[in-house]
Amino acid sequence: MTASPKGKRGSSSKGDLVLKAAVGAAAIGVVAILVGLGIELTNGSWLSIKTFGLGFITGSTWNPAFDIFNIFPFLLGTIVTSALALLLGLPIGLGVAIFLSERRGFRAGATVLGSLVELLAAVPSVIYGLWGLIVLVPFMREYVEPTLKTYLGFTQLFNAAPFGLDLLTAGVVLTIMIIPTISAVSRDVLNAVPNSQREAMYSLGATDWEVIRKAVLPYARSGIFGATILGLGRAVGETMAVTFVVGNATAIPTSLISPGYTLTSLIVNQFGTTTDPLSDAALVEVGLVLFMLALVINFFARALVWRMTRSTRFRV
Amino acid sequence: MTSIGQKGRRQSWRQAFDRIMKGLIILAVVVAVIPLFLVLWDVVTQGLPAISLNFFTHNPPSPCSASEISSGSAMCFGGILNGIEGSFLMVGLAALIAVPVGVGAGIYFSEWPESRLSFLSSFTNDVLAEFPTITIGLFIFVLIVQTTRTFSAVAGAASLAIIMLPIVARTTEVSLKLVPTTLREASMALGIPRWKTIFSIVISTGRSGLVTGILLAVARAAGETAPLVVTAGYLGFPPSGLFQPTASIPYIIYNFGTGGDYSNWVTTAWGAALALVLFMLVLNLSVKLFIGRKFAGVRAEI
Repeated sequence: MTASPKGKRGSSSKGDLVLKAAVGAAAIGVVAILVGLGIELTNGSWLSIKTFGLGFITGSTWNPAFDIFNIFPFLLGTIVTSALALLLGLPIGLGVAIFLSERRGFRAGATVLGSLVELLAAVPSVIYGLWGLIVLVPFMREYVEPTLKTYLGFTQLFNAAPFGLDLLTAGVVLTIMIIPTISAVSRDVLNAVPNSQREAMYSLGATDWEVIRKAVLPYARSGIFGATILGLGRAVGETMAVTFVVGNATAIPTSLISPGYTLTSLIVNQFGTTTDPLSDAALVEVGLVLFMLALVINFFARALVWRMTRSTRFRV
Repeated sequence: MTSIGQKGRRQSWRQAFDRIMKGLIILAVVVAVIPLFLVLWDVVTQGLPAISLNFFTHNPPSPCSASEISSGSAMCFGGILNGIEGSFLMVGLAALIAVPVGVGAGIYFSEWPESRLSFLSSFTNDVLAEFPTITIGLFIFVLIVQTTRTFSAVAGAASLAIIMLPIVARTTEVSLKLVPTTLREASMALGIPRWKTIFSIVISTGRSGLVTGILLAVARAAGETAPLVVTAGYLGFPPSGLFQPTASIPYIIYNFGTGGDYSNWVTTAWGAALALVLFMLVLNLSVKLFIGRKFAGVRAEI
């Protein structure tokens, strides 16, 4: 190459342009995928949208033999199992996050336990499903559910024959799976709380817990809320583990210990049982409903977490 | 003064409450970690009996009754060869798509952070990273499976690629941002154009972060099941083409794990689960080796 300064400058700016265009295209690609998801899911479910309209969500009959596909019971199943998971998982996940971030209160073992909890997130969901089906379901059926029925059977929630394969078991498996999400995001949020908050409180003679309760948690409130919503998103979208243990029954569940379906497990379990275009379109429409749920949940959660941690290291 | 006694009592009550709450927090940590040990324990103890050399060189067994199994009929014992080959094929193909696009997007996020596209795309990337994978599977089902009229390795790989992409992009961005600005400035000051600076200085310095991201993405994709159910399907044999149904290790766990009436099927599922966990362990250890202490912060939550 002849190394005239001018030529060099010209080629360098051209190289910059090429690079920027190439990596910019990749960045556009990311956006295009999300847009494409929305378009294609709408496209694929058009037949079902046209046939059932809004009744798809409000109706409660799922009967492939008569070509009726309504999803209200499964939407209910998703809401109930996710709510259970949040109820059980939030206190535990938040506890883990406090343990990992408030080093003054907890000196021992934080690093090791932190990576153990991270490992919990790395186990594929299908393995939780297998374990849930073969180990957890019998345990719930033999021990947990009869006890709950004895003491809480007077409420409608636990008034059914213990079955093991049911909404409660699905909720427990989901709890295990969302704890790492809640704890990892909350930990980052708690780490983003300025130390001056803590120091001011300690200097007044507060105990560790008082510092956490009155100086740290209130400051991190919106971020923890975001972490919770992210956990909710994971619970709503989780598929395989739930499919193994939720019982897969299309009727409206009458209690927490009755078998049910969630939106995700419905898709996996009903998929390929027929080759009817309407049933395919209905299952894709279930996906579209999930898509919209996930979009709202994630958008909301990200906005909350971003506001809190944008200034610090970005991690999730 | 009379208030001293009261004050002392209040003080000790506060200390006690502090201990109780800290005790509860430690209890929460214990409760969170117990399932990990339970799951791993069961996977190892139930999976080990299934694993032998044959397990990696044979296709899955036929369904067998207890008497057939005890009679030792060869068709009752099998392995996960079709799943291993299918998983490698699809994850490999997915990486071929996801790595260049993901690294590209990550470079854009890190080098042009101020642009509007960067903000939009980076936000979308985060949303995509947490998206229910089954919807990604259905997207590919509509886009590819319904068009080609067959489940295929290509469709499976496409859905896995979309799952890997946000992980690769995010870890690329984070690791490139860790490269000191002084290094970039030194390079620019020598008159090296920006694109060359990015390639030769920034990327080679942030390389271990890039590798980490790719390994994490591979680990995530190797364990994904739901999208493969609606895109790749299942075949009892190793793949012989790209446009035919293709088995995978996680699908075998699902398919055979729910075959509760046949104990040899459930054993196969446990064996496949152990094989998958071991594969994850190897990947995670490699991640630890690659990132060491310096990049401890890069490990993305997956």
